Amino acid sequence: MVSLKYTKDDIWGFLAEIPDPEIPVITIEELGVLRDVEITSEKVIITITPTYTGCPAMKLFEDEIISTLKSKGIEKVEIKMVYSPAWTTDWMSKTAKEKLRNYGISPPVKGTEDKGVLFSSDKKIVKCPQCNSSNTQLKSQFGSTACKALYQCNDCLEPFDYFKCI
Amino acid sequence: MEKKDALINYCLRLGDSSLILGQRMAEWCSNGPILEEDIAMTNLSLDLIGQARTLLTYAGELEGKGRSEDDLAYRREEREYYNTLLSERPNGHFGDTVVRNFLHSAFSYHLYQALKNSSDEMIAAHAAKSLKEVTYHLRHSSEWLIRLGDGTTESHEKVQESLDNLWEFTGDLFEMNEVDEILIKEGIAVDLNTVKNDWDKTINEVLDRATLTRPQDAYMHSGRLEAVHSEYLGHLIAEMQFLQRAYPTAKW
Repeated sequence: MVSLKYTKDDIWGFLAEIPDPEIPVITIEELGVLRDVEITSEKVIITITPTYTGCPAMKLFEDEIISTLKSKGIEKVEIKMVYSPAWTTDWMSKTAKEKLRNYGISPPVKGTEDKGVLFSSDKKIVKCPQCNSSNTQLKSQFGSTACKALYQCNDCLEPFDYFKCI
Repeated sequence: MEKKDALINYCLRLGDSSLILGQRMAEWCSNGPILEEDIAMTNLSLDLIGQARTLLTYAGELEGKGRSEDDLAYRREEREYYNTLLSERPNGHFGDTVVRNFLHSAFSYHLYQALKNSSDEMIAAHAAKSLKEVTYHLRHSSEWLIRLGDGTTESHEKVQESLDNLWEFTGDLFEMNEVDEILIKEGIAVDLNTVKNDWDKTINEVLDRATLTRPQDAYMHSGRLEAVHSEYLGHLIAEMQFLQRAYPTAKW
Protein backbone atom coordinates (compact mmCIF):
# COMPACT_ATOMS: atom_id res chain seq x y z
CA MET A 1 0.00 0.00 0.00
CA VAL A 2 1.33 3.32 -1.02
CA SER A 3 1.40 5.32 2.20
CA LEU A 4 -1.10 8.09 1.66
CA LYS A 5 -2.44 10.48 4.20
CA TYR A 6 -5.33 11.19 1.87
CA THR A 7 -8.52 9.28 1.17
CA LYS A 8 -10.17 8.89 -2.19
CA ASP A 9 -12.60 11.67 -1.27
CA ASP A 10 -9.74 14.01 -0.37
CA ILE A 11 -8.12 13.44 -3.75
CA TRP A 12 -11.41 13.89 -5.58
CA GLY A 13 -11.80 17.16 -3.67
CA PHE A 14 -8.41 18.46 -4.83
CA LEU A 15 -9.10 17.58 -8.44
CA ALA A 16 -12.66 18.87 -8.38
CA GLU A 17 -11.26 22.38 -8.08
CA ILE A 18 -9.28 22.32 -11.33
CA PRO A 19 -10.89 24.76 -13.74
CA ASP A 20 -11.48 24.11 -17.43
CA PRO A 21 -8.67 25.95 -19.26
CA GLU A 22 -11.07 27.29 -21.92
CA ILE A 23 -14.01 28.06 -19.65
CA PRO A 24 -12.44 28.81 -16.27
CA VAL A 25 -15.77 29.33 -14.49
CA ILE A 26 -16.49 25.61 -14.45
CA THR A 27 -14.35 22.81 -13.09
CA ILE A 28 -13.43 19.46 -14.60
CA GLU A 29 -15.79 17.86 -12.11
CA GLU A 30 -18.75 20.03 -13.13
CA LEU A 31 -17.94 19.41 -16.77
CA GLY A 32 -18.07 15.66 -16.18
CA VAL A 33 -14.54 15.00 -17.42
CA LEU A 34 -13.33 13.68 -14.06
CA ARG A 35 -14.75 10.15 -13.76
CA ASP A 36 -12.95 8.21 -11.03
CA VAL A 37 -10.19 8.15 -8.45
CA GLU A 38 -8.65 4.85 -7.44
CA ILE A 39 -5.89 4.27 -4.88
CA THR A 40 -3.91 1.07 -5.46
CA SER A 41 -0.87 -0.36 -3.70
CA GLU A 42 1.46 1.35 -6.16
CA LYS A 43 -0.18 4.50 -7.39
CA VAL A 44 -3.19 6.73 -7.68
CA ILE A 45 -5.21 6.16 -10.85
CA ILE A 46 -7.29 9.06 -12.13
CA THR A 47 -9.87 8.24 -14.78
CA ILE A 48 -10.97 10.96 -17.16
CA THR A 49 -13.02 11.05 -20.35
CA PRO A 50 -12.65 13.49 -23.25
CA THR A 51 -15.49 15.84 -24.18
CA TYR A 52 -14.58 15.59 -27.89
CA THR A 53 -11.98 13.13 -29.16
CA GLY A 54 -9.86 15.97 -30.50
CA CYS A 55 -10.33 18.35 -27.59
CA PRO A 56 -6.95 20.09 -27.17
CA ALA A 57 -7.76 20.81 -23.52
CA MET A 58 -7.37 17.14 -22.57
CA LYS A 59 -3.57 17.32 -22.39
CA LEU A 60 -3.90 20.38 -20.17
CA PHE A 61 -6.32 18.52 -17.91
CA GLU A 62 -3.76 15.73 -17.56
CA ASP A 63 -0.94 18.14 -16.76
CA GLU A 64 -3.10 19.99 -14.26
CA ILE A 65 -4.12 16.79 -12.51
CA ILE A 66 -0.52 15.64 -12.20
CA SER A 67 0.74 18.99 -10.91
CA THR A 68 -2.17 19.37 -8.47
CA LEU A 69 -1.44 15.97 -6.97
CA LYS A 70 2.28 16.64 -6.93
CA SER A 71 1.69 19.77 -4.89
CA LYS A 72 -0.02 17.52 -2.31
CA GLY A 73 2.97 15.17 -2.27
CA ILE A 74 1.42 12.49 -4.45
CA GLU A 75 4.02 11.54 -7.04
CA LYS A 76 2.88 8.25 -8.50
CA VAL A 77 -0.09 9.08 -10.66
CA GLU A 78 -1.53 7.33 -13.66
CA ILE A 79 -4.07 9.01 -15.92
CA LYS A 80 -6.49 6.61 -17.50
CA MET A 81 -8.52 7.83 -20.48
CA VAL A 82 -11.86 6.10 -21.00
CA TYR A 83 -14.22 6.51 -23.95
CA SER A 84 -17.20 4.62 -22.65
CA PRO A 85 -19.74 5.74 -21.58
CA ALA A 86 -19.24 8.56 -24.08
CA TRP A 87 -19.26 12.03 -22.55
CA THR A 88 -22.53 13.87 -22.80
CA THR A 89 -23.65 17.40 -21.96
CA ASP A 90 -26.41 15.77 -19.87
CA TRP A 91 -23.78 15.22 -17.16
CA MET A 92 -23.42 18.93 -16.65
CA SER A 93 -25.06 20.08 -13.42
CA LYS A 94 -27.67 22.81 -13.22
CA THR A 95 -25.22 24.99 -11.28
CA ALA A 96 -22.60 24.52 -13.97
CA LYS A 97 -25.10 25.54 -16.65
CA GLU A 98 -25.98 28.66 -14.70
CA LYS A 99 -22.28 29.51 -14.39
CA LEU A 100 -21.90 29.13 -18.14
CA ARG A 101 -24.77 31.51 -18.79
CA ASN A 102 -23.33 34.12 -16.45
CA TYR A 103 -20.01 33.76 -18.24
CA GLY A 104 -21.68 34.59 -21.57
CA ILE A 105 -22.05 31.08 -22.98
CA SER A 106 -25.54 29.78 -23.57
CA PRO A 107 -25.71 26.35 -21.84
CA PRO A 108 -26.83 23.16 -23.61
CA VAL A 109 -30.60 22.96 -23.95
CA LYS A 110 -31.73 19.53 -22.81
CA GLY A 111 -34.21 17.52 -24.78
CA THR A 112 -33.67 19.44 -27.97
CA GLU A 113 -33.38 17.89 -31.37
CA ASP A 114 -29.73 18.82 -31.56
CA LYS A 115 -29.01 15.19 -32.24
CA GLY A 116 -31.15 15.09 -35.41
CA VAL A 117 -28.98 13.58 -38.09
CA LEU A 118 -29.36 15.39 -41.35
CA PHE A 119 -30.88 18.73 -40.66
CA SER A 120 -30.94 20.89 -37.60
CA SER A 121 -34.29 21.60 -36.07
CA ASP A 122 -35.66 25.10 -36.17
CA LYS A 123 -37.71 24.60 -33.05
CA LYS A 124 -34.91 24.79 -30.56
CA ILE A 125 -34.85 27.86 -28.37
CA VAL A 126 -31.39 29.02 -27.42
CA LYS A 127 -31.52 32.04 -25.18
CA CYS A 128 -29.14 34.95 -25.51
CA PRO A 129 -26.87 34.97 -22.43
CA GLN A 130 -26.66 38.77 -22.61
CA CYS A 131 -30.28 39.94 -22.80
CA ASN A 132 -32.11 36.64 -22.26
CA SER A 133 -34.03 37.01 -25.50
CA SER A 134 -35.32 33.86 -27.18
CA ASN A 135 -35.14 35.53 -30.57
CA THR A 136 -31.79 34.15 -31.66
CA GLN A 137 -30.40 32.50 -34.75
CA LEU A 138 -27.79 29.86 -35.49
CA LYS A 139 -24.84 31.26 -37.44
CA SER A 140 -22.65 28.17 -37.52
CA GLN A 141 -22.70 24.70 -35.97
CA PHE A 142 -19.04 25.17 -35.11
CA GLY A 143 -17.91 27.95 -32.81
CA SER A 144 -14.74 28.99 -30.99
CA THR A 145 -14.14 25.42 -29.75
CA ALA A 146 -15.41 22.01 -30.88
CA CYS A 147 -18.00 21.94 -28.09
CA LYS A 148 -19.69 25.21 -29.07
CA ALA A 149 -21.87 26.58 -31.85
CA LEU A 150 -22.08 30.22 -32.92
CA TYR A 151 -25.35 32.11 -32.46
CA GLN A 152 -26.47 35.67 -32.77
CA CYS A 153 -29.18 37.46 -30.85
CA ASN A 154 -31.72 39.18 -33.10
CA ASP A 155 -32.66 41.63 -30.34
CA CYS A 156 -29.41 42.88 -28.83
CA LEU A 157 -27.47 41.78 -31.95
CA GLU A 158 -24.65 40.30 -29.85
CA PRO A 159 -23.03 37.13 -31.21
CA PHE A 160 -22.59 34.41 -28.57
CA ASP A 161 -21.38 30.85 -28.04
CA TYR A 162 -23.83 28.04 -27.41
CA PHE A 163 -22.63 24.86 -25.73
CA LYS A 164 -23.84 22.11 -28.09
CA CYS A 165 -25.75 19.09 -26.87
CA ILE A 166 -23.92 15.85 -27.54
CA MET B 1 -4.26 -14.32 -41.00
CA GLU B 2 -4.57 -14.06 -37.22
CA LYS B 3 -7.46 -12.23 -35.61
CA LYS B 4 -5.03 -9.80 -33.99
CA ASP B 5 -3.45 -8.82 -37.31
CA ALA B 6 -6.86 -8.36 -38.84
CA LEU B 7 -7.89 -6.07 -35.99
CA ILE B 8 -4.72 -4.00 -36.29
CA ASN B 9 -5.41 -3.56 -39.99
CA TYR B 10 -9.02 -2.64 -39.28
CA CYS B 11 -7.94 0.07 -36.81
CA LEU B 12 -5.55 1.48 -39.40
CA ARG B 13 -8.31 1.62 -41.99
CA LEU B 14 -10.58 3.62 -39.71
CA GLY B 15 -7.81 5.66 -38.12
CA ASP B 16 -6.03 6.50 -41.37
CA SER B 17 -9.24 7.63 -43.06
CA SER B 18 -9.90 10.04 -40.17
CA LEU B 19 -6.30 11.21 -40.13
CA ILE B 20 -6.08 11.92 -43.86
CA LEU B 21 -9.48 13.61 -44.08
CA GLY B 22 -8.51 15.57 -40.95
CA GLN B 23 -5.31 16.72 -42.65
CA ARG B 24 -7.30 17.76 -45.73
CA MET B 25 -9.67 19.81 -43.57
CA ALA B 26 -6.70 21.41 -41.80
CA GLU B 27 -5.54 22.65 -45.22
CA TRP B 28 -8.58 24.93 -45.19
CA CYS B 29 -7.24 26.76 -42.13
CA SER B 30 -7.12 30.47 -43.07
CA ASN B 31 -8.45 29.67 -46.56
CA GLY B 32 -12.16 29.30 -45.79
CA PRO B 33 -14.65 31.22 -47.94
CA ILE B 34 -16.02 33.01 -44.87
CA LEU B 35 -14.74 33.21 -41.30
CA GLU B 36 -17.47 30.97 -39.85
CA GLU B 37 -16.65 28.25 -42.36
CA ASP B 38 -12.95 28.55 -41.73
CA ILE B 39 -13.67 27.86 -38.07
CA ALA B 40 -16.13 25.07 -38.90
CA MET B 41 -13.71 23.26 -41.16
CA THR B 42 -10.84 23.39 -38.70
CA ASN B 43 -13.23 22.12 -36.01
CA LEU B 44 -14.07 19.18 -38.27
CA SER B 45 -10.36 18.60 -38.70
CA LEU B 46 -9.84 18.59 -34.95
CA ASP B 47 -12.56 15.98 -34.42
CA LEU B 48 -11.15 13.78 -37.16
CA ILE B 49 -7.60 13.95 -35.87
CA GLY B 50 -8.92 13.14 -32.39
CA GLN B 51 -10.68 10.08 -33.77
CA ALA B 52 -7.47 9.01 -35.52
CA ARG B 53 -5.51 9.32 -32.27
CA THR B 54 -7.74 6.85 -30.45
CA LEU B 55 -7.51 4.24 -33.20
CA LEU B 56 -3.82 4.60 -33.95
CA THR B 57 -3.00 4.37 -30.25
CA TYR B 58 -5.07 1.21 -30.06
CA ALA B 59 -3.42 -0.23 -33.18
CA GLY B 60 0.00 0.44 -31.63
CA GLU B 61 -0.98 -1.28 -28.40
CA LEU B 62 -2.33 -4.33 -30.23
CA GLU B 63 0.81 -4.55 -32.30
CA GLY B 64 2.95 -4.54 -29.16
CA LYS B 65 6.09 -3.18 -30.77
CA GLY B 66 6.07 0.06 -28.85
CA ARG B 67 4.80 2.22 -31.72
CA SER B 68 2.84 5.24 -30.52
CA GLU B 69 0.03 7.10 -32.28
CA ASP B 70 2.64 9.59 -33.49
CA ASP B 71 4.91 6.87 -34.87
CA LEU B 72 2.00 5.47 -36.82
CA ALA B 73 0.75 8.81 -38.05
CA TYR B 74 4.06 10.35 -38.99
CA ARG B 75 6.52 7.57 -39.67
CA ARG B 76 4.85 5.32 -42.14
CA GLU B 77 5.27 5.34 -45.89
CA GLU B 78 2.51 5.96 -48.38
CA ARG B 79 1.99 2.27 -49.11
CA GLU B 80 1.35 1.60 -45.40
CA TYR B 81 -1.74 3.81 -45.18
CA TYR B 82 -5.14 2.17 -45.36
CA ASN B 83 -7.32 5.26 -45.68
CA THR B 84 -10.24 5.44 -48.08
CA LEU B 85 -9.38 6.82 -51.52
CA LEU B 86 -12.13 9.38 -51.05
CA SER B 87 -10.49 10.88 -47.94
CA GLU B 88 -7.33 11.82 -49.86
CA ARG B 89 -9.10 13.64 -52.71
CA PRO B 90 -7.86 17.24 -52.90
CA ASN B 91 -9.99 20.00 -51.41
CA GLY B 92 -10.58 21.67 -54.79
CA HIS B 93 -13.12 24.47 -54.48
CA PHE B 94 -15.50 24.70 -51.53
CA GLY B 95 -18.16 22.68 -53.38
CA ASP B 96 -15.69 19.85 -54.01
CA THR B 97 -14.91 19.74 -50.30
CA VAL B 98 -18.58 19.80 -49.36
CA VAL B 99 -19.39 16.87 -51.67
CA ARG B 100 -16.38 14.81 -50.57
CA ASN B 101 -17.20 15.41 -46.90
CA PHE B 102 -20.84 14.61 -47.45
CA LEU B 103 -20.10 11.27 -49.14
CA HIS B 104 -17.51 10.42 -46.50
CA SER B 105 -19.36 11.55 -43.39
CA ALA B 106 -22.50 9.67 -44.48
CA PHE B 107 -20.27 6.58 -44.71
CA SER B 108 -18.69 7.15 -41.29
CA TYR B 109 -22.07 7.89 -39.75
CA HIS B 110 -23.63 4.60 -40.82
CA LEU B 111 -20.45 2.62 -40.16
CA TYR B 112 -20.19 3.93 -36.59
CA GLN B 113 -23.90 3.34 -36.04
CA ALA B 114 -23.24 -0.32 -36.78
CA LEU B 115 -19.91 -0.53 -34.94
CA LYS B 116 -21.50 0.74 -31.71
CA ASN B 117 -22.43 -2.90 -31.13
CA SER B 118 -19.00 -4.31 -31.94
CA SER B 119 -17.85 -7.14 -29.66
CA ASP B 120 -14.52 -5.34 -29.33
CA GLU B 121 -14.92 -2.99 -26.38
CA MET B 122 -12.56 -0.35 -27.71
CA ILE B 123 -14.08 -0.28 -31.21
CA ALA B 124 -17.58 -0.06 -29.74
CA ALA B 125 -16.61 2.77 -27.37
CA HIS B 126 -14.85 4.62 -30.16
CA ALA B 127 -17.82 4.26 -32.49
CA ALA B 128 -20.30 5.53 -29.90
CA LYS B 129 -18.07 8.49 -29.11
CA SER B 130 -17.25 9.39 -32.72
CA LEU B 131 -20.84 9.04 -33.83
CA LYS B 132 -21.77 12.13 -31.82
CA GLU B 133 -19.15 14.13 -33.68
CA VAL B 134 -19.80 12.64 -37.10
CA THR B 135 -23.50 13.49 -36.75
CA TYR B 136 -22.52 17.15 -36.77
CA HIS B 137 -20.18 16.60 -39.71
CA LEU B 138 -22.90 14.94 -41.76
CA ARG B 139 -25.36 17.68 -40.95
CA HIS B 140 -22.85 20.38 -41.82
CA SER B 141 -22.07 18.93 -45.26
CA SER B 142 -25.71 18.02 -45.98
CA GLU B 143 -26.94 21.52 -45.27
CA TRP B 144 -24.25 23.05 -47.45
CA LEU B 145 -24.95 20.60 -50.24
CA ILE B 146 -28.62 21.57 -50.25
CA ARG B 147 -27.78 25.24 -50.15
CA LEU B 148 -25.40 24.92 -53.10
CA GLY B 149 -27.35 22.34 -55.09
CA ASP B 150 -30.63 24.16 -54.72
CA GLY B 151 -28.94 27.55 -54.97
CA THR B 152 -28.01 29.47 -58.08
CA THR B 153 -27.54 27.93 -61.52
CA GLU B 154 -23.80 28.29 -61.12
CA SER B 155 -23.61 26.73 -57.65
CA HIS B 156 -25.86 23.89 -58.83
CA GLU B 157 -23.68 23.15 -61.84
CA LYS B 158 -20.50 23.32 -59.79
CA VAL B 159 -21.58 20.83 -57.11
CA GLN B 160 -23.16 18.52 -59.66
CA GLU B 161 -19.78 18.42 -61.39
CA SER B 162 -18.03 17.77 -58.05
CA LEU B 163 -20.41 14.91 -57.41
CA ASP B 164 -19.87 13.43 -60.86
CA ASN B 165 -16.10 13.63 -60.39
CA LEU B 166 -16.00 12.12 -56.93
CA TRP B 167 -18.53 9.35 -57.48
CA GLU B 168 -15.95 6.90 -58.84
CA PHE B 169 -14.18 6.87 -55.46
CA THR B 170 -17.25 5.74 -53.51
CA GLY B 171 -17.01 2.07 -54.50
CA ASP B 172 -13.75 1.77 -52.56
CA LEU B 173 -15.54 2.67 -49.31
CA PHE B 174 -17.45 -0.59 -49.30
CA GLU B 175 -14.87 -3.12 -50.49
CA MET B 176 -14.08 -5.98 -48.15
CA ASN B 177 -11.50 -8.75 -47.91
CA GLU B 178 -10.21 -11.44 -45.55
CA VAL B 179 -9.78 -8.92 -42.73
CA ASP B 180 -13.50 -8.14 -42.78
CA GLU B 181 -14.37 -11.80 -43.07
CA ILE B 182 -12.37 -12.75 -39.95
CA LEU B 183 -13.65 -9.81 -37.90
CA ILE B 184 -17.28 -10.16 -38.96
CA LYS B 185 -17.18 -13.76 -37.71
CA GLU B 186 -15.92 -12.48 -34.36
CA GLY B 187 -18.64 -9.83 -34.20
CA ILE B 188 -16.00 -7.08 -34.27
CA ALA B 189 -16.51 -5.66 -37.75
CA VAL B 190 -19.70 -5.17 -39.72
CA ASP B 191 -20.75 -6.16 -43.21
CA LEU B 192 -20.21 -3.11 -45.41
CA ASN B 193 -23.01 -4.23 -47.72
CA THR B 194 -25.42 -3.41 -44.91
CA VAL B 195 -23.72 -0.06 -44.35
CA LYS B 196 -24.04 0.58 -48.10
CA ASN B 197 -27.82 0.20 -47.95
CA ASP B 198 -28.09 2.82 -45.22
CA TRP B 199 -25.59 5.06 -46.99
CA ASP B 200 -27.63 4.86 -50.22
CA LYS B 201 -30.75 6.03 -48.41
CA THR B 202 -29.04 9.04 -46.88
CA ILE B 203 -27.32 9.95 -50.14
CA ASN B 204 -30.56 9.73 -52.11
CA GLU B 205 -32.53 11.74 -49.57
CA VAL B 206 -30.06 14.62 -49.49
CA LEU B 207 -29.35 14.64 -53.23
CA ASP B 208 -33.06 14.80 -53.80
CA ARG B 209 -33.45 17.81 -51.55
CA ALA B 210 -30.41 19.40 -53.16
CA THR B 211 -31.99 18.87 -56.62
CA LEU B 212 -28.85 17.01 -57.69
CA THR B 213 -28.69 13.92 -59.89
CA ARG B 214 -27.13 10.79 -58.47
CA PRO B 215 -24.44 9.66 -60.92
CA GLN B 216 -24.69 6.24 -62.54
CA ASP B 217 -22.39 3.61 -61.09
CA ALA B 218 -19.71 3.08 -63.72
CA TYR B 219 -15.99 2.49 -63.26
CA MET B 220 -15.01 2.52 -59.59
CA HIS B 221 -11.46 3.02 -58.31
CA SER B 222 -10.11 0.53 -55.85
CA GLY B 223 -7.06 0.47 -53.59
CA ARG B 224 -7.77 1.02 -49.89
CA LEU B 225 -7.55 -2.65 -48.95
CA GLU B 226 -4.11 -3.02 -50.53
CA ALA B 227 -2.88 0.44 -49.46
CA VAL B 228 -2.63 1.51 -53.09
CA HIS B 229 -3.32 5.20 -53.47
CA SER B 230 -3.82 7.99 -55.95
CA GLU B 231 -0.98 10.39 -56.72
CA TYR B 232 -2.35 12.81 -54.14
CA LEU B 233 -1.57 10.89 -50.95
CA GLY B 234 2.22 11.09 -51.30
CA HIS B 235 2.10 14.88 -51.49
CA LEU B 236 -0.28 15.10 -48.56
CA ILE B 237 1.93 12.87 -46.43
CA ALA B 238 5.09 14.74 -47.40
CA GLU B 239 3.58 17.91 -45.98
CA MET B 240 2.02 16.22 -42.97
CA GLN B 241 5.23 14.42 -41.98
CA PHE B 242 7.65 17.23 -42.70
CA LEU B 243 8.40 18.16 -39.12
CA GLN B 244 8.83 14.60 -37.86
CA ARG B 245 11.12 13.74 -40.79
CA ALA B 246 13.22 16.89 -40.52
CA TYR B 247 13.49 16.79 -36.73
CA PRO B 248 13.06 13.14 -35.76
CA THR B 249 13.63 13.70 -32.05
CA ALA B 250 11.41 16.78 -31.74
CA LYS B 251 9.25 16.88 -28.62
CA TRP B 252 6.58 19.28 -27.41
